[in-house]
Amino acid sequence: MSEPFEPKITAFVCTYCTYAGADLAGTSRLKYAPNVRIIRLPCTGRISPMFILKALQKGADGILISGCHPGDCHFTHGNYHARRRWMVFRALLSFTGIPEERIKYSWISAAEGLKFADLINNITEDIRKLGPFDQYHKLIEETQAQASL
Amino acid sequence: MSKIGVFICHCGENIAAKVDCTRLASALGDHPGVASSIEYKYFCSDPGQESVKKAIRDNNLTGVVVAACSPRMHEATFRKACAEAGLNPYMCEIANIREQCSWVHNDGEKATDKAIDIVRSMVEKVKRNNTLQPIEVPVTRRALVIGGGIAGIQAALDIANAGQEVVLVEREPSLGGHMAQLSETFPTLDCSQCIMTPRMVEAAQHPKIRLLTYAEIESVDGYIGNFQVKVRLKARYVNKSTCTGCGECITKCPSKKIASEFDCGIGRRTAIYTPFAQAVPNIPVIDKNNCTYFKNGKCKICVKSCPLDCIDFEMQDEFEDLEIGAIVVATGFQVQNNALYGEYGYGKYQDVINGLQFERLASASGPTAGKIQRPSDGKEPETVVFIQCAGSRDPSKGVKYCSKICCMYTAKHAMLYAHKVHGGKSRIFYMDIRAAGKGYDEFTRRAIEEDEAGYLRGRVSKVWLENGKLMVRGVDTLLGKPVEIAADMVVLATAMIAQPDAKEFAKTIGIGYDEYGFFNEAHLKLRPVESSTAGIYLAGACQSPKDIPDSVAQASASAAKVLALFSKEKLEREPVIAVNNESTCAGCWGCVLACPYDAIEKKDIKDRSGKVIKRVASVNPGLCQGCGTCVTFCRSNSIDLAGFTEKQIFAEVMGL
Repeated sequence: MSEPFEPKITAFVCTYCTYAGADLAGTSRLKYAPNVRIIRLPCTGRISPMFILKALQKGADGILISGCHPGDCHFTHGNYHARRRWMVFRALLSFTGIPEERIKYSWISAAEGLKFADLINNITEDIRKLGPFDQYHKLIEETQAQASL
Repeated sequence: MSKIGVFICHCGENIAAKVDCTRLASALGDHPGVASSIEYKYFCSDPGQESVKKAIRDNNLTGVVVAACSPRMHEATFRKACAEAGLNPYMCEIANIREQCSWVHNDGEKATDKAIDIVRSMVEKVKRNNTLQPIEVPVTRRALVIGGGIAGIQAALDIANAGQEVVLVEREPSLGGHMAQLSETFPTLDCSQCIMTPRMVEAAQHPKIRLLTYAEIESVDGYIGNFQVKVRLKARYVNKSTCTGCGECITKCPSKKIASEFDCGIGRRTAIYTPFAQAVPNIPVIDKNNCTYFKNGKCKICVKSCPLDCIDFEMQDEFEDLEIGAIVVATGFQVQNNALYGEYGYGKYQDVINGLQFERLASASGPTAGKIQRPSDGKEPETVVFIQCAGSRDPSKGVKYCSKICCMYTAKHAMLYAHKVHGGKSRIFYMDIRAAGKGYDEFTRRAIEEDEAGYLRGRVSKVWLENGKLMVRGVDTLLGKPVEIAADMVVLATAMIAQPDAKEFAKTIGIGYDEYGFFNEAHLKLRPVESSTAGIYLAGACQSPKDIPDSVAQASASAAKVLALFSKEKLEREPVIAVNNESTCAGCWGCVLACPYDAIEKKDIKDRSGKVIKRVASVNPGLCQGCGTCVTFCRSNSIDLAGFTEKQIFAEVMGL
């Protein structure tokens, strides 16, 4: 029997809320799936859609974007910018054939360590069900194969 | 070529118990660009930091990654150590392998794999770090306090007593705010005016305080340490430099029946007036809307009566520009309009009044000189019903929150009533008695036990007039029975709400506000007196409903923040700010729209003859807070965020 598929998840989080929430999960010694890698940014407003594409290209099977709750942004409204950007971006993702479900958007405050741990567990299971994200690499292989014809 | 040092901390057993630090160190040792990869039990300890410094010097390291606890714990520690070893502190990054790895995973093998990813990603970032210098901005040592109630006065006095200049701005003709309107204060029953007016005089006479009453804030520009504030000095129509406050004009003014704002409509005032006898400054203003001269072009009795020729009907509003280093916002609250509750008959029956009106009735300086007389016919009420939570804790009609002070002031009202009207009966409808505070519960107990305040747990459904009595129908939920009380007066414990113009004001000065219009603090628990905008602090009930001790405490706390800011000539800030490449910037102004701080300005690029050849975005380093929202907006990739550049983050992602 083959080993169960372990998805790679890249998380882009803001330092003020979700990063602190992840730290709280640690100080509370909560346990969650070891599949997530966190990239710390000052604010979700800083998260460019290019980061997401880059992470998918590098081999991530799922992406998490998480910041402060609406109204709680340390920078007053960076998270609103991020939300609007994501609404537009996900339409583009669907159009290009990348399933939206691979990218999760959430609000986690500095006080929500438990929510962070639960979220990571849930997203890991969800992505595990979706299977590896290999469309991108398949596409490259196909393109290269066509080019060599 | 990068020479990165990787320092893997065991944190005792905290990391080493789960993460195989030796495997981690050897995996990173083989990573391109890593010159040294060592592990140690506690890198944050003194010998640990020394070994980091030694490694920097011995290997001429160009960057440092400390794999340890969260950067929120020890980033500052290790950056300082780097600086001491001659390495730019911003060439040091922390890889969080404790809070976000060893503490949260059970499987040691997988935790180690994850730790390798985390550290490798950070190494890739550090390779692309740039040396940065902290930003220095000058500080104007002059504070602006907005609002002349107890909170504003306290903040102004604390700052001024520490030797710093203060401009205290109040929009009403006199200092005092709501506290000056109160009769006695809980839980000591000392007279509000007796403790308030000396403070008002002290503030007005303080050599370091400049008092601007009858003035409003027009605009606030600039940033921490360097605000430019425009103040509108409203026309008083009385020359304040010559007026002595003799009051002749007030006595002679023929328009005497104007409802007094200070007395909450129970008392009357003239068209030229001071809000109350102890006003500071004691200089009258003319109420343009009610003045006979302004309405009909005839009268001028005040001009004739003034012995010093102070009245000037031609006076115009004036503007003044102020250079300010820090701002304390203490703009206070208002009471909710009780007409919302038609069933209580407020506005319909004269003898249904709100708590603040009761304060004026009970106050020795009030319209009845402290006698409890009902407004309709001046009779002494034999029974008074108090209704608590008239607006508070009522999501359907009022506000969701608890106004915090009403339980206490209703108990106080019942006591004052008992002291002033012997044999008078007070009945209080309440939901809960919330008396948390020093001496507060004892106070409400005293009202019940000594002054026979009759508490009924329940709500009132209706108040109506019958045979000259106000009939109050409610329910006593402890008995489970409806009750009907014939009262002579009904007092509503009205909700404290934000000032009517709080939201516009917040936008004018650039701070956040909540759904109710109360101003937002930077952090509810840990930064309760700072607004989200650097250099602007909050005091008193403009942030949330508060009693006097809390308002005073917060005012002193914000004064301490201001003084800490003024303790330095220059301000040092983290250099995490946006930087624009002017040669590629196309001037689309996407960043200007995105910036929450108005930190991006349009700058003209001129040729030698002074002709404008291009307009580009320019980031004001004093205003920029480093969120990076503009970077993501930038179409031409011109703007970037120091410390979190595009290159750094892409490298981090690729390093995973």
